[in-house]
Amino acid sequence: MENILTNDILEERKGSIFCNSQFKNNLKCDSHSVAGSVSQRACVYCGARVVLNPITDAFHLVHGPIGCASYTWDIRGSLTSGSDTYRNSFSTDLREENVIFGGEKKLGAAIDEIVQRFSPKLIFVYATCIVGVIGDDIEAVCKNAEKKYSIRVIPVQSSGFAGNKSMGYKAACRALLKLMGEPKSEKLQGVNFLGDFNLAGEIWIITKYLKQVGIGIVTKVTGDSTYKEIMNAPKASLNIVQCAGSMTFLAEEMEKRYGIPYIKVSFFGIQDTRISLMNIANMIENKETSDRVKKLVFVEELKIRAKLSQYRERLHGKRAAIYVGGGFKAISLIKQFAELGIKTVMVGTQTGRKDEYEVIRSLASSDTVILDDTNPAELEKFIKEKGADILVGGVKERPLAYKLGIAFCDHNHERKHPLCGFEGAVNFAKEIDSTINSPVWNFV
Amino acid sequence: MLDLTPREYSKRSALTVNPAKTCQPVGAMYAALGIHKCLPHSHGSQGCCAYHRKFLTRNFRDPVMASTSSFTEGASVFGGGTNLKTAIKNVFSIYNPDIIAIHTTCLSETIGDDIPAFVATAQVPEGKLVIHANTPSYQGSHVTGFSNMVKAMVKYLAANSKTPNEKINILPGFVNPGDMREIKRIMKAFGQEYIMLPDTSGVLDAPMTGKYEMYPKGGTTVDEIIDSGNSMATVALGSFASSEAAYELEKKCKVPGKVLKTPIGIKATDDLLMAISKLTGKPIPAELEEERGQVVDIMVDCHYHYHGKKVAIFGDPDLVIALTEFTLSLGMIPKYVLTGTPGDAFEREVKFMLEEAGIDGKVKALGDLFALHQWIKQEPVDLIMGTTYGKYIARAEDIPFARIGFPILDRSVHSYLPIVGYKGAMRIIEMISNTLLDRQDRDAADEDLELIL
Repeated sequence: MENILTNDILEERKGSIFCNSQFKNNLKCDSHSVAGSVSQRACVYCGARVVLNPITDAFHLVHGPIGCASYTWDIRGSLTSGSDTYRNSFSTDLREENVIFGGEKKLGAAIDEIVQRFSPKLIFVYATCIVGVIGDDIEAVCKNAEKKYSIRVIPVQSSGFAGNKSMGYKAACRALLKLMGEPKSEKLQGVNFLGDFNLAGEIWIITKYLKQVGIGIVTKVTGDSTYKEIMNAPKASLNIVQCAGSMTFLAEEMEKRYGIPYIKVSFFGIQDTRISLMNIANMIENKETSDRVKKLVFVEELKIRAKLSQYRERLHGKRAAIYVGGGFKAISLIKQFAELGIKTVMVGTQTGRKDEYEVIRSLASSDTVILDDTNPAELEKFIKEKGADILVGGVKERPLAYKLGIAFCDHNHERKHPLCGFEGAVNFAKEIDSTINSPVWNFV
Repeated sequence: MLDLTPREYSKRSALTVNPAKTCQPVGAMYAALGIHKCLPHSHGSQGCCAYHRKFLTRNFRDPVMASTSSFTEGASVFGGGTNLKTAIKNVFSIYNPDIIAIHTTCLSETIGDDIPAFVATAQVPEGKLVIHANTPSYQGSHVTGFSNMVKAMVKYLAANSKTPNEKINILPGFVNPGDMREIKRIMKAFGQEYIMLPDTSGVLDAPMTGKYEMYPKGGTTVDEIIDSGNSMATVALGSFASSEAAYELEKKCKVPGKVLKTPIGIKATDDLLMAISKLTGKPIPAELEEERGQVVDIMVDCHYHYHGKKVAIFGDPDLVIALTEFTLSLGMIPKYVLTGTPGDAFEREVKFMLEEAGIDGKVKALGDLFALHQWIKQEPVDLIMGTTYGKYIARAEDIPFARIGFPILDRSVHSYLPIVGYKGAMRIIEMISNTLLDRQDRDAADEDLELIL
């Protein structure tokens, strides 16, 4: 093991990689990437965009050169039950003269053109790298537009260089808080569901469960949500936080401002889904709700038990490598793999925090490699050395896994089947099975 | 979807909706991947590099490697010199490429980073190389970025050592690895030695071996790029993507250059073959003549499928210009022709072709898909040809759609199969015919459904 960690690893990267048994409680994470490494991380703007984009009736205007808008056009595959405005790409497409003379005029004109054509209620204006450098005052432009048209025009301070993706999550949360506004005296029965972006319709599965046990959803943040819905968020009685990486900050702020308590949940895997539903019921402190949750869990687990045990037989003994965005998702995945009899031999995240790595450590085996902000060379090295059969990751990791001759599961923006809740657990097992047990590997 | 698009067209001065282009660095990264053992390096924030890798990965479905200077606030205030020097040191020590090809981003351009000055004081190991191209995202488009990086390869590396190599330089332009393979096959049929620059075949369509290679076998070698200065001539395919590098080779190494259309369709392929034949004095190979005859045969067999059909074409300028010429030669009506890349030359060239054919069509450079959608709403077409992003319009207006160009994110295999040369012409005809016939079958009344068409 010692060899694995000393060979071919950049000196600056050594603090970010541990074998679990040698974990010294000081994994380097939540810090800047090393220049020159092939990092899998994205920027502040990316973080802000992925969080806000699923608000379906919002106009997302990207103030910058065209690339920032192009690459994030329809980035998430977040589904909608209403408007699909959010699936368009709006940009100021800054040109050289705007960079020299400033882009505020063009931004103002672009907002005018949106208002004239589409009568929007809500526009988000994203600042990109270059806007931060040339110093456009997007706050002022947005304020003017709000006054002129009596609609909400909200600046998102997301210059790409000002940190990494998690700073972008914060920028998005700040924009959401701006939208939610002052505390509301009116209270509504129900919870806000924070940090689900309705990939492949996942939010619909969880809201269905909650509805069945009698818990109403006030606001979804931000999957399949609307301008009006977000405005209602301060009236809810509890925040439940799924994507902790992006939404813990918002939950904390909402607790301070609106007095709404929050709990972290995860609906990936049977175990986490069960625990999360129970925890929500406990917070509501209503015996009937708890009973209904118990019943729902019993019924749903029964429905999928046979299917899952079929898959477990086909997957038992396989080895998994995980490299995902946030720590909370990694934790759920380790448990979910364990449910299928699969051992996690490598686990890493782009933006995991110290406390999350602690949990990961407690779940993983002593010989599991744990690493933060890794790069393809390290992924290759550990996948090979630990003999992984499958890698779970995002779009850039897929062909890497394939070239290494191992299976792959996308647990990021491109997932096409819902992977959450009880039916998601079956979909997950099915997907892992169809890739690990594909006949294609016989030809490699 | 796209319920927002109103039929009435009105001029916009500031707002781009649904772009038909992206920014320079991704084109520069793609070009750099066409050098053997090259690691592209993005000098800017992390996000750019991650986006470009993701974009190329989605299109080619192969690993795309590139490093980044990982700018933070400090770098954007005090300049990215330290970051770049650290990056160069780290890249050579861990990834060990033969060459690093740096491209800038809008951020590093705007703060005015002087790349050559930084590189001059960086630790570059003996025998290793660093080149760079300026690719500000607020100029041109991804095609411009590709062109700038190819020009940089020539500028940094090509040398005339007064030892003629009797080769022809082929600058294939912003096309797929499958297209580059096809052009190489044509050169081999001529029995003509060549240097292709860049050459992403074998890199982004590398075979599955069960082993991951950071630097697959393909790509133009550094030695070949240097030697391109000794070639007898340069054939640059696609003026937007390739002419700058050809001019640079002519200026720097006195290699005469000829700029041709991207060889899509019969006429443009004829032009390429004639040019090679003229330059080398070699006759057109019989196997290529046979293929041409096959294409004409196919055109005779199929002409009634598509004759007189109106088509909207959008995408990168070199491809769109050539496709316009080809569809015209098929008897189709290119009603709307649009590129996101800026350039008066594009509008001039396409308008001239349409005027000659007596077609009343609309042409736009620096356009977006919102504009294209509005045109189609005013007067529909029978077929849309373009990148994946066209599928929203095709669905909204229920129009048959053939995917062609860059990027195609929702289909695979396209990057392996050529659209250039006579083989490519066959494929495009198949694409057009079958797309139209599939629709005809779908819409036909039961009594009109026929086995033979």
